[in-house]
Amino acid sequence: MDTVSRKGELRLMLIFSAAVLLMPVWLSPFGAAYPDLLQKFAIFGIFAVGFNILFGLTGYLSFGHAVFLGVGSYAAVWSFKLFTMNVIPAVIFGVIFSGIFAALIGFVSLRRSGIYFSILTLAFAQMSYNLAYSVLTPITNGETGLQLRLHDLRMIDALFIEAGEGLPLTNLFGIKMSGYPGFYFCAVLLIIGFYLALRVKNSPFGLALKAIKSNQTRMGYTGFNSRPYMLSAFMISGMYAGLAGALLAVTDPLAGAERMQWTASGEVVLMTILGGAGTLIGPLLGAGLIKYFENIFSSYDDSLLHQAFSYLPDAMNDVVVGMISPFVGDGWHLTLGALFMVIIIFLPGGIVGGITHLWQRLVKKNQEPTEMEGKQQ
Amino acid sequence: MDAIFLQILNGLDKGGAYALIALGLTLVFGTLGVVNFAHGAVFMLGAFCAVTTQHLLTFSKKVKDEGITFFDAYKEVPYLEIWWGETGSFIIDYKVPFSILLAVPVMLLIGLAMERGLIRFFYNRPHADQILVTFGLAIVIQEIVKSIYGANPIPVPAPEIVSGSANIGILLGLGDSVVYPWWRLIYLANALVVIAAVFSFLKFTTYGMVVRAGMQDRETVGLLGINIQHRFTVVFGLASIVVGIAGAMYTPILSPDYHMGMDFLVLSFVVVVVGGMGSLEGAVLAGFMLGVLQSFAAMNEVKAVFPGIDQIIVYLVAVIILLTRPRGLMGRKGVMED
Amino acid sequence: MTDRKKEAREWSRRQMLKTSAAGAALATAGSPMFFVKNAWAAKFRNDPGSSSSITLGFNVPQTGAYSDEGADELRAYKLAVQHLNGEGDGGMLNTMTPKSLKGNGVLGKKVKFVTGDTQTKSDAARASAKRMIEKDGVLMVTGGSSSGVAIAVQGLCQENGIIFMAGLTHSNDTTGKDKKRYGFRHFFNAYMSGAALGPVLEKEYGNQRKAYHLTADYTWGWTQEESMRKFTEALGWQTTAAVKTPVGAGDFSQYITPVLNSGADVLILNHYGKDMINSLTQAVQFGLRDKQVNGKNFEIVVPLFSRLMAQGAGENIKGILGSTNWNWSLKDAGSQAFVKSFGQAYGFPPSMAAHTCYVQTLLYANACEMAGSFYPPEVIKAMEGFKFDGMGNGATEYRAEDHQCFKDVLVVRGNNNPSSQFDLLEVVQEVPRSQVEYDAAIFGGALGPYKV
Repeated sequence: MDTVSRKGELRLMLIFSAAVLLMPVWLSPFGAAYPDLLQKFAIFGIFAVGFNILFGLTGYLSFGHAVFLGVGSYAAVWSFKLFTMNVIPAVIFGVIFSGIFAALIGFVSLRRSGIYFSILTLAFAQMSYNLAYSVLTPITNGETGLQLRLHDLRMIDALFIEAGEGLPLTNLFGIKMSGYPGFYFCAVLLIIGFYLALRVKNSPFGLALKAIKSNQTRMGYTGFNSRPYMLSAFMISGMYAGLAGALLAVTDPLAGAERMQWTASGEVVLMTILGGAGTLIGPLLGAGLIKYFENIFSSYDDSLLHQAFSYLPDAMNDVVVGMISPFVGDGWHLTLGALFMVIIIFLPGGIVGGITHLWQRLVKKNQEPTEMEGKQQ
Repeated sequence: MDAIFLQILNGLDKGGAYALIALGLTLVFGTLGVVNFAHGAVFMLGAFCAVTTQHLLTFSKKVKDEGITFFDAYKEVPYLEIWWGETGSFIIDYKVPFSILLAVPVMLLIGLAMERGLIRFFYNRPHADQILVTFGLAIVIQEIVKSIYGANPIPVPAPEIVSGSANIGILLGLGDSVVYPWWRLIYLANALVVIAAVFSFLKFTTYGMVVRAGMQDRETVGLLGINIQHRFTVVFGLASIVVGIAGAMYTPILSPDYHMGMDFLVLSFVVVVVGGMGSLEGAVLAGFMLGVLQSFAAMNEVKAVFPGIDQIIVYLVAVIILLTRPRGLMGRKGVMED
Repeated sequence: MTDRKKEAREWSRRQMLKTSAAGAALATAGSPMFFVKNAWAAKFRNDPGSSSSITLGFNVPQTGAYSDEGADELRAYKLAVQHLNGEGDGGMLNTMTPKSLKGNGVLGKKVKFVTGDTQTKSDAARASAKRMIEKDGVLMVTGGSSSGVAIAVQGLCQENGIIFMAGLTHSNDTTGKDKKRYGFRHFFNAYMSGAALGPVLEKEYGNQRKAYHLTADYTWGWTQEESMRKFTEALGWQTTAAVKTPVGAGDFSQYITPVLNSGADVLILNHYGKDMINSLTQAVQFGLRDKQVNGKNFEIVVPLFSRLMAQGAGENIKGILGSTNWNWSLKDAGSQAFVKSFGQAYGFPPSMAAHTCYVQTLLYANACEMAGSFYPPEVIKAMEGFKFDGMGNGATEYRAEDHQCFKDVLVVRGNNNPSSQFDLLEVVQEVPRSQVEYDAAIFGGALGPYKV
């Protein structure tokens, strides 16, 4: 599925858009069709798609990508505080500021490759996190997180709208951005972001990135300067993260330092690899899966389980609940860890890689091993 | 002057822990080429060897507590004290040194089990896969420990006799204001001994020499008819022992909890990379260097000039070193750059 | 169902109809749409309507460093739900005065609950609270363990018109500059810790002391340090240095070595949780407690104590002064009733986090009964200025101006001769409420509107 024809691209986009916009419908049997989780699916989907542009295409593993998520959030909340509650400027500011950060960090980090690159990005992210949590509190409001206040400036809003009694809501020209409207806003941006990622992947630029992944040194010998390409990829990917961060603030106007912690950076790595790095849809799947675990699995407790299995006879019920309960509720981390291990051990290409593999086996049973299989040996 | 002396000593002491952890990590990386994100969890398991020893030694008889009237509560009296009185109490007091006896075989087994059961399937997989699978393993280990021991830190005190401070100022003629905890001095000494032992093993035994040769050029050593894989497995076990001892001995300094491995993981990677991937000497050097720098950055005089420097010093040094010395302090070309 | 219970339910339903009619009249008075019936009844979020049960959301840390505390909070919540529904021995329902609760649920509706994991992260906590509000339809969210999380969730609840009953949160900001109309805190704060500890410190250590602060470098640590400095400096103490330490540093030795030669004779550890356990343990190892400075014994003070933390610090906690919201060894009837039902259910006494969460749940339910409705503005008004007793801590008031509870504060000392494994803290003094009270205006902030 490397080069998709224009027609195929259109078909893919149509299916994708329908699937995203209809999430409230087809996710409801899973108990996931409520605005906040849907928003998170879309937002972290954007984050993961952007991360995949860097990692999936070039193979450079950034371990500090969450810093751009945080910067996007802070920029967006400051835009709400200083200018207007309209979300358009907030999103633009989020993307611009994370782009600037990405340019700076990328410029330095890309001087090295391999694990040295990973550690450099990690170091920058940890510095940002530590400072945001402590010394930079006047800008970030530290542990409490940057919040809106009744007496914020809101210079542009102040010109047009009379201040209400309570906190104003984030809005898109009057449409409030919490609940379902917020989800659809994020979903539309996800679709646009996905389309752009698709275009990037299939463009000459994308091709150059893939060439860098397969052999950077050899590219260098041909007189090809890979630095500008890498830096652009890094910046694009950072801006996706900034967009995701801004959207987090749009749907819920608060920005906390922990968004920049290394564990948050690790999370997007996990999402991408879990779903299938380098594939288009994989990172999205991974993001959805992890957020689903975090929000739904963690809420199960024994009494809910007993209810769920109430159709079983009592003795069986107890046994089944006893077996499942260590993995839900406060044990959801355990499930997540075990799931990673299983997927990485048995499905090296992530979920999507695994499915593709299976599909090829089924369809081309009698043909020679495909290129994909050859690679994995 | 006293203050600076203390900060240096403190830095070396912190560095001892960093060096031990980084040494284990580098042993695994240098021999097997595996980036082991579960290394922090192994450190934590070492610490919980001490906790387990404490549990075993203080295995207690439950006596109904008459002081609590609202509900049935129990006091615990260790069997060791019931049976052996003073001697029993003495053994319990020395639980941390005793725990080393438990930690060495247990950590060796854990290390071998990890390598044979999981890691060996990942030698030829991308580093990203290695990172992810060991990260998953770390989470699983953590959660299992949490389900057994809870999330709260568990105090494991040092033996009574070394729980106080040594007045090293008088010993060195610096005046009596220079004191330092006995246990931390022991930890530093222990770190030096373990490091020396590992290096002697690699430098002065034939077995170690083969391992080092294998680290340089695996294929050639293999062609000589030596089962290098087998030796590397042993090295993995050795690395687990090193970091396990580091963990067990650390418990009196830091009450262990299930999450302590993750807290050390990022730091230990920074140490390894600053030292140079795959360089044992580099790991040790970087460990001590970062320990000392961290200690100095915490001084009020330094913080007055650079606010917040103590929050970022380790990462800042890592950035500077990696930009000026591309492969860390003592790294070799071509390692981990693919 | 007994006849009396039935009668009570009938009565409450009748009362609810009456109130709702009155409310409807009020709401429609100013609008031309007076033909809209029950206008506001449908206007508030997650209105249980005619459903036979209500749902509460218990949002506690189940993973991460505070998960033991979270687990204890969850135990207390479950107990509170049982007692509200008339199961078990009733606990504090037997001692609370004045009491509108009847032991048949709340306003005749059975209480159910859902749980969530805050992971002690603002984002995760808000996501979890949103799930409760949007998916599970909860009427009230409660929980805590960190002030950052509590303030974040409190803000969210205000925006959504859902009442938030804070669990363990000790920062001045929760009911200070970040206070919210929909947020209520029963737990005490850093200011009260300072006010309660001050006189005891003077009595124990005199007024010629030099204090060295180690402070967790985030918002809570700062408010704690500020309060402690204010009260100790008022005694005549000097502050030699106040040093910020990174959160989660693990090894604090590099911050402790400078204390040795600083000339200070008291070390104040403005740390909580793991940080406090580690810094205290390490300070003791550095021989600080055996030290003589300026001809006085060197002392360590930990402004905020909890029994779970005392467990982690082990021997090192012995003899150390601090403050706490509540301790299970209290002898009043309310505390005893709670300890008894908790101990019988779980086999060990409750922590102060469990206590505050239990009380908060009961107080919310009671306010609904008082208001005769679940309509949040009415419930809030019932809670504002509510005076009660019999829930530990003596006579208590929910101050209307900032939604902070005012009650006696405990100054405690690590027990030198514990009589059991739970007997870790010894109450030195129950500092009367009048001594820790302050003007609500000093921290600023605004509660915001009743209706959102």
